[in-house]
Amino acid sequence: MELFRFQHNIPFMRWRRVGAVISIVTFILAVFFISTRGLNLGVDFTGGTVLEIGYNQTADLEKIRSVLTDLQMSDASVQSFGTSREVLIRLPIKPEFSSAQLSEIVLNALREVDSSVEMRRVEFVGPQVGQELLENGALALLFVSLGIVAYLAVRFEWKFGVAGIIANLHDVIIILGFFAFFQWEFSLTVLAAVLAILGYSVNESVVIFDRIRENFRKLRKASVTQVIDGAITQTMSRTIITHGSTQMVVIAMLIFGGEVLHYFSLALTIGILFGIYSSIMVGSSIIVLLGVKREDLLKPEKRPLENDGAVV
Amino acid sequence: MNRYALWQYLIIAVSLLLGLLYTLPNFYGESPAIQISPVRISTSFDTALLQRVEDTLKQANLEMSGVFLEEGSIKVRFADTDLQMKAKDLLESALGNEYIIALNLLPNSPQWLTSLGALPMYLGLDLRGGVHFMLAVDMEGALEKSLDRYSIDIRGTLREKKISYTGLEKQAKKLVIKFRDVESRSKAEAELKSSFEDFALSTEDVDNRYHLIAAIKPEVQIRMQDSAVMQNITTLRNRVNELGVAEPIIQKAGADRVIVQLPGVQDTAKAKDILGRTATLEVRMVDDEHDLDAALRGRIPAGTELYQERGGGPILVKKQVLLTGERITDAQPGFDKDNQPAVHINLDNHGSRIFKQLTRENVGRRMAILLIEKNTAEVVTAPVIREEIGGGRVQISGRMTSLEARDVALLLRAGALAAPMDIIEERTVGPSLGADNIARGFNSTLYGFLAVAIFIMVYYTAFGVISAIALGFNLLLLVGLLSIMQATLTLPGMAALALTVGMAIDANVLINERIRDELRAGASPQLAIYAGYERAFGTILDSNITTLIAGIALFAFGSGPVKGFAVVLCLGILTSVYTAVFVSRAMVNLMYGNLRKLDKVPIGVVWIPEHGYSVNGEADFSSENAVTETIDSAKPKRGKQIEESDVKPHIVSQTSVMAEDESLAENPTKTGTVSKTVNKAKNKRKSADTKKNRQQ
Repeated sequence: MELFRFQHNIPFMRWRRVGAVISIVTFILAVFFISTRGLNLGVDFTGGTVLEIGYNQTADLEKIRSVLTDLQMSDASVQSFGTSREVLIRLPIKPEFSSAQLSEIVLNALREVDSSVEMRRVEFVGPQVGQELLENGALALLFVSLGIVAYLAVRFEWKFGVAGIIANLHDVIIILGFFAFFQWEFSLTVLAAVLAILGYSVNESVVIFDRIRENFRKLRKASVTQVIDGAITQTMSRTIITHGSTQMVVIAMLIFGGEVLHYFSLALTIGILFGIYSSIMVGSSIIVLLGVKREDLLKPEKRPLENDGAVV
Repeated sequence: MNRYALWQYLIIAVSLLLGLLYTLPNFYGESPAIQISPVRISTSFDTALLQRVEDTLKQANLEMSGVFLEEGSIKVRFADTDLQMKAKDLLESALGNEYIIALNLLPNSPQWLTSLGALPMYLGLDLRGGVHFMLAVDMEGALEKSLDRYSIDIRGTLREKKISYTGLEKQAKKLVIKFRDVESRSKAEAELKSSFEDFALSTEDVDNRYHLIAAIKPEVQIRMQDSAVMQNITTLRNRVNELGVAEPIIQKAGADRVIVQLPGVQDTAKAKDILGRTATLEVRMVDDEHDLDAALRGRIPAGTELYQERGGGPILVKKQVLLTGERITDAQPGFDKDNQPAVHINLDNHGSRIFKQLTRENVGRRMAILLIEKNTAEVVTAPVIREEIGGGRVQISGRMTSLEARDVALLLRAGALAAPMDIIEERTVGPSLGADNIARGFNSTLYGFLAVAIFIMVYYTAFGVISAIALGFNLLLLVGLLSIMQATLTLPGMAALALTVGMAIDANVLINERIRDELRAGASPQLAIYAGYERAFGTILDSNITTLIAGIALFAFGSGPVKGFAVVLCLGILTSVYTAVFVSRAMVNLMYGNLRKLDKVPIGVVWIPEHGYSVNGEADFSSENAVTETIDSAKPKRGKQIEESDVKPHIVSQTSVMAEDESLAENPTKTGTVSKTVNKAKNKRKSADTKKNRQQ
């Protein structure tokens, strides 16, 4: 079986203006949503308490809300989580209660109304911890970006490093844009997914860059865009199959992974889909833009000095 | 050309065997058990106790599936949790509070595996249920408290030395002592310098007032912080023991933080309650005048209370508190001048003055040191006062072993809790969610793996099967490695496991696509396999290193669940490179490497474009066309899929071209030989290469 049968090289680089427009528009949209709507940061980053509770039958959200209002906690958010029997309650930080007390007070009050309530999960993150986690997340992002640029610069050339990281940060911004637009919860695990995607989709650029280098070596007379088009076309099949395989696993996670892995797998899905696009269109367009030359990758052969003979 | 030496096969076989061996324990599951360990190290703990436990359970007709003594604790297995709970209640009442009776899960793996050190992965709290707390020691509070203590001491010293001062204030973590004149200030400075070494002193003149500013030295602050954290950890450990948790983790995290993890704890409210307790220490006098037996019968004399002495009998203690734990600055186990085990206690200035008076008035009597925690109090120790003790250095000795001395010192320090603690992070997972999470992680990995394996097998046929098996080996090695390291598996870790499956197949796809490329270019089957693996390797390495960079960053900056994700991701990358490149190669070599005549690479249908597979678009390279022409006979037919019938004539002609290589490359143990071979066949190869580049 062979899914991809290209008779000719696909002239990707001819479409790079279109690609640039698409990229810039999605990028601007993503930045726009991130700045206007902001990320719906989870309790990991904002601090606060999350309570996951389970009932034997369908939970009555209104009743839970009224219990919380009686406790002077009308600012709590109550929503069903996964199934209709499970409920997630989010409470902002209350300086007058310690974390331990807060979840106990709420649970006891709910138990009075319906004794079948079962505590499934409590998460409390203090404000200073949330701040630290956010800072560490940003640091990790920075470290990964610099590490990848450095690696690509050493292994290929600085132009490739810059192109690779721009292509992938473009993916990251778009993932964040989706999370901002839909107001999906951005938690610590989603951050892990984003960073994993950063590392993973650089793969894609690396594979294409590898082919570009190889083709430069083999095809001494082809133009830069021909070499790049050829490299992308040749690796197309592998790109789709690899990403398809990864996506299959991610879909399994979406189906079986439950709520906790839901946003994690969503972030991966967006990352994988945009990763294909960006490594084909964005990464390669940028190296063209940066004016990549054959000589950047292939060291020119040393010529012997012309006057080899004795010099006085 | 596609052969591995025997040792290479051996290494691969051994690594897979080890992977299997260490993965095995994870399949046996765990059974409920009870773990009995002594509260204090000094409590007797031997086979007699083992016998007692067995007898107790037998009498109650509670069937156990195994009892053994191991690493300072007795473990009893049960068939189900029902029996386990009953046995726990029974043993708690039978053994008393000398022992910690904790619920636990023990791996079911057979003895021979355990003796090999093959243990199942350790499940994280989100998978087995339990409580995770991060506590921060309130250093500000501790500092304030010690400044308060110091200011009393300083006042006392100044008064003693008859140095007049107009005021003493606490300002921004410093003590400001005000004087009317310079002379008394310099006198005070000299005095404080000698008796309070912890302070850095400076002077300041504010409108005719002469200030002496005493600030705690930074290095002393650090020391205070460290000892405060260590004291808190000790206290926490004592309290956690009381909870009966089988494998609690209590560790220092950062300068002023403590992490407490209590796997399997179901009553989280109780856990929080016990951890959040404040303990106090009180020194009182023992009442030896009144009749203890009468008190035991219920007639407790007025002004006294009845307590239990730790490791001893009941004891009558006066109600009047003479000294509290705040005055104790340190307590350490050690030895007295007769080389007998002893506990050394240091008191602060104020405390030592009280203690001096107390001991002077009570020579020959007993004093009691009580540890009071949330309405329960016990007498830690009740020594006889032999003489007046001044200077704040107290030594308690006699009638104790060095283990007991250690216990007492621990408890004294614990009672004098240096700094309050706050819970700044809590993650509690109920047991039912834990079980759900295991199922979620497992199903994601399983179905993800199946989907990928089926697709790959359909797409690449025999080579796909090899890739899928290699992927299975990858999982095996990864789980084995995690088990060997005894890494903690969390739900994000399981997600990483699933993700590894999806990402690891990349390497095999790269190889298989490369082999197809080589076939398209007209290489012989053996050469295509060889070149496919060789050429894909660089790419595989590059692309995995970038993911590894991300994994390492996640490990370095991530916390808790993210760290678990990162560990699995990083290890998964390492194992996947190994299995995808070397293990799958070994399988290919075993199956096809020895075939002298391999007609076809079973890697699915290789499709060849109509106009030749062009890498360089429409560019015209007529100058080199002549070279291409010469081997045109060896060129595969274009514009069709190479079906078996089509392939044969082409392959045959191709092999005849390559025959020279093949024979020369018969024994390619070193790459040098191979390249030499390639050089020899250069003419033909070169033309083949050019053809590959351009014309197909």
